[in-house]
Amino acid sequence: MSAKRLTVSASPHVRSAETTSGIMLDVIIALVPALAMSAVYFGLRALVLAATTVATAVAAEYLSRLVMKRDNTIGDLSAVVTGLILALNLPASLPLWMAAIGSVIAIVIVKQMFGGIGQNFVNPAITARIILMFSFPAQMANWVRAEFPAAPHYITDAVTGATPMATLNQSWRDFASAEGLPSLREMLLGVHGGSMGEVCAIALLAGGLYLLLRRVISPIIPFSFIGTVAVIMLIAGKGNWQFLCYELLGGGLLLGAFFMATDYTTSPLGAKGRLIFGIGCGVITAVIRLFGSLPEGVSFSIILMNILVPHIERLTTPKPFGYEKPKKESKEQEAAKA
Amino acid sequence: MAEKKSLFKEFSKGIVIENPVLRLVLGTCPTLATTTSVESAVGMGLAASIVLICSNVVISALRKVIPSKVRIPAYIVVIASFVTIVQMLVKAFTPDLDKQLGVYLPLIVVNCIILGRAEAFAGKNPVLASAVDGLGMGVGFTAALFLMSTVREVLGAGSFYGAEIPGLSAHPMLVFILPPGGFFVFGILMATVNRIAESRGKPRAELRGCEACPMATVCKLHNDGRTEPLTAPASEPLHKAKADTAAKRRAEANTETLTEPVTEAVTEPVNKEVRPS
Repeated sequence: MSAKRLTVSASPHVRSAETTSGIMLDVIIALVPALAMSAVYFGLRALVLAATTVATAVAAEYLSRLVMKRDNTIGDLSAVVTGLILALNLPASLPLWMAAIGSVIAIVIVKQMFGGIGQNFVNPAITARIILMFSFPAQMANWVRAEFPAAPHYITDAVTGATPMATLNQSWRDFASAEGLPSLREMLLGVHGGSMGEVCAIALLAGGLYLLLRRVISPIIPFSFIGTVAVIMLIAGKGNWQFLCYELLGGGLLLGAFFMATDYTTSPLGAKGRLIFGIGCGVITAVIRLFGSLPEGVSFSIILMNILVPHIERLTTPKPFGYEKPKKESKEQEAAKA
Repeated sequence: MAEKKSLFKEFSKGIVIENPVLRLVLGTCPTLATTTSVESAVGMGLAASIVLICSNVVISALRKVIPSKVRIPAYIVVIASFVTIVQMLVKAFTPDLDKQLGVYLPLIVVNCIILGRAEAFAGKNPVLASAVDGLGMGVGFTAALFLMSTVREVLGAGSFYGAEIPGLSAHPMLVFILPPGGFFVFGILMATVNRIAESRGKPRAELRGCEACPMATVCKLHNDGRTEPLTAPASEPLHKAKADTAAKRRAEANTETLTEPVTEAVTEPVNKEVRPS
């Protein structure tokens, strides 16, 4: 016993019990409330759509790894998370085969073609959503109004209409006379038009809180993202707090800030970098919402900032203790060398 | 060069192994812009091929007359003449195609493939070889455009050469005829052709910035602040001096460049210019 007290070994010396599949499981748990609420509002169809995207994502991951002769990685659950987040980004009325195409794009083109988990340079689920939006604009904008209880044959019965974001996009300059907005209570509970996962703000906040408490995500990105949007909207609405609440609760802001902008692979590692990333997302989102021709800009803001991540990382690399910048050679010295 | 076997090689290299679009990554602008429909892609491919073959022949025939200092403007004049002829013919006989191609038809003048082949091949090879090289590159360009536009039109518009495909035309994936879809298809095709070339023992095509471009040597000298890079002693034939310098530069710049190696034998270095340190 006494002989074994001191173990000499190579690093790592500190090990953590965290695993990729464990983190992914936490994310799945955090998404369950949003998924459950979408089933409440949009009926069984929401669950069928989610099952389709998840099953297609896992199958696509398995098959593409098989074709590329790489190790199988469906056990890490990342494909399940991608499929689930994609489903929450889609309108509940989307034809199932379109949703399946979205999953295949997310996994095969965006993730596996760049080398699999940890190698993709943009968030797979968001990219798939944007590609679907450009491919099937009519179906992807067919926002079913959430009803409680869900209409039984909702595809034929449900009311489709403008989301609160579309209304706000068009009439934010004259907010007081904007018509057709749901009440703030309905915004909080999710009884309004939108994609499956983004409608119920309370469920998203609960999921986000769970991830924060489990320390799966750091608070910097979601808080700086939402905070930046809040500040800009406060200025744009001339201090109108109601307008601010609509902007914060509506659209994909909460879903994006807690679940998609915080993706480990496509967000900066350091605290400073994360702050820049979150503020950038917030600014782009707010600008698109206020001045863009599209009603919502969360997915575009995240994908644009994803692309900037390598540059943010380079700008915010921490300096090692005691490091000094190498002095630049003076012109005379250069001339002497040449 | 006059052997049949090597002529066939000059032709076939343009199709897969040195495909101008998918392997040399030249002419990407017309590739991405005109492949939204098979019709315009094939029209573009044929128009560029005709210009390429004709300009290769003329430039090759004039290669001993054109002074190397002004060869680029001279090449452009030759290419522009043929582009003008082709444009007039297209306007006269297929006005619809002219409308579809729009500005990309006159822009063939500055197509990298044509200028690149003039600089890398026709400027230093005999007429017949240059014509065959132009034909091979033209076929390769047209084939790449046809392949890409087929994927894009079938998936993005649900039709092929304007004819609707039942089942696909109801819900086409519009993204494929939009610019992002062009990049997706381009990337995936490039990866596939890279794979084929790699399996035959060729280096994979990479975006090496300037080094992949046939004009790299000229630009590099220009950037180094040397305005008259290719001065040769008056007694030497100019094209020979140029070929030698170009070969030296290219060997220095990159040993694996995919562009055509200089085929003309040069016995001894002819110019003793000072190289930048």
